[in-house]
Amino acid sequence: MNFYDIIFYIFAAITLLSALFVVTTRNIVHSAFYLLFTFFGVAGIYVLLGADFIAISQILIYVGGILILLLFGVMLTNKITNVEIRTGTVHMLPAAIASGIFMGAVVAVMVWTEWKSEPSVTPLTTTKDIGHLLLTDYVLIFELLGILLLVALIGAASIARRDKE
Amino acid sequence: MYQFLYDLIGNEILAGLLVAVVPLTIILVFALFGIWLERKVSAHMQDRLGPMRTGWHGWLQTVADLMKMLQKEDIIATDADKTLYNIAPVLVFSGSFAAYAVIPFSSKLLGSEVEIGIFYVLAISSLVVAGILMAGWSANNKYSLLGAMRAVAQIISYEIPTALIVLSMVMLMGTLSLDKISQMQTSSFWNWNIFGGAVFGLSKFLLIPFMFIAALILFISTLAEVNRVPFDIPEAESELVAGYFTEYCGMKWGMFMLAEYGNMFAVSAIIVILFFGGYQSPIGYFGNSIGVQWLVPFEQGFWFIAKGLTLVFVQMWLRWTLPRLRVDQLMTVCWKYLIPYAFLNLIIIGIISLL
Repeated sequence: MNFYDIIFYIFAAITLLSALFVVTTRNIVHSAFYLLFTFFGVAGIYVLLGADFIAISQILIYVGGILILLLFGVMLTNKITNVEIRTGTVHMLPAAIASGIFMGAVVAVMVWTEWKSEPSVTPLTTTKDIGHLLLTDYVLIFELLGILLLVALIGAASIARRDKE
Repeated sequence: MYQFLYDLIGNEILAGLLVAVVPLTIILVFALFGIWLERKVSAHMQDRLGPMRTGWHGWLQTVADLMKMLQKEDIIATDADKTLYNIAPVLVFSGSFAAYAVIPFSSKLLGSEVEIGIFYVLAISSLVVAGILMAGWSANNKYSLLGAMRAVAQIISYEIPTALIVLSMVMLMGTLSLDKISQMQTSSFWNWNIFGGAVFGLSKFLLIPFMFIAALILFISTLAEVNRVPFDIPEAESELVAGYFTEYCGMKWGMFMLAEYGNMFAVSAIIVILFFGGYQSPIGYFGNSIGVQWLVPFEQGFWFIAKGLTLVFVQMWLRWTLPRLRVDQLMTVCWKYLIPYAFLNLIIIGIISLL
């Protein structure tokens, strides 16, 4: 086992454990904070796969943006911390069957797919290539996503706007 | 640095840890003397002497304070959320410490030569934001929560002009790597980005005024991001006791202090790298002229720290000069002035760099 394997297992453990805490804890603010460690662990795994740009985007968008917004929402909502969150189990049998089928499908895909294995060449820099691809091959999708986000932004602003009396 | 230590020791883990110790030492030493400097600067600006009794002009004062802080009892309020309360200072400090991983102190002393340097710094500072929210919420104190809310609203807003200026500089330089940006501004101060960069021509002269605007906007918005006066409403003493760390004491409070001073130097370092040539000397290297090559990295380290400390001094100077902004004024400055100007600047720099 080499050095990077150990780091990988540390990050994997962080991700899985914190994800488990997110769903099991009874305090909604704790859930949101555990999510921080989940996102961070996933970013670490991206770095180990040589996708540094994706990893940093993950931290910037999920930790810096979405998580903070989530926390704001949770904290500013009046008395949300006193709400009893139900973490008990209902509908055990259907849930077990459904998740069992999903698990089986995922494992089956993992086992039966013929993975292409190439000698691992870690790209030195991914940022430039991503930029080129986004503005050449995927420019339409990129622009459409930009417009989608703009629409969401304008919509949010117009909902939140206070009408002048 | 890493390669050198790896050759010396031959162990990846040990070399990696040793590399991480270097910026930690720098932050600790800087925080100790930064706090002393802050007190002296404030004292002299107010026609006082400041700490005088511990060592020469009181230079050991912060060391003595640190000794006191380490011995203090660790008090946690009964109603505080203990887990989060204990994690929060660590998270805040690790966020500001992590930013040092990519800052090149000289051409030989840099932690990681990742290609995405500046992007990484912008992203990792979000850990600080999460830590501040955690501290404010877990203390279960209304002043703490208000301080945390203000801090986060402020940091998130001011990240936008910062990111826009960084974007325009990245567009001009064509790289995200802080080390490469420093290397491009070599040989004399005339090649620094604040004077239009190293390429001599018409565009250089056209760029100069917009570079000054960009540097100013970046300075203002990073000042707000580290919660310094005039943007210190998150910890406004006269309104909120101490803001998000009201309930903290002892070394946990000390970690917030360390993080603040660490952040002050980190943002100064970013401005220095983007606009003032990074570790490059303004007048050429003494080591090169007398033919002693190993002296050059040390000179670069000296220049980097000197430039960084100058900007830190300006931050302190402003703290003891300007009054605090009101919350609505703070948001007005960011959204109605800095962001449009930063956008305009981005477009103009883009057009000029196409010329």
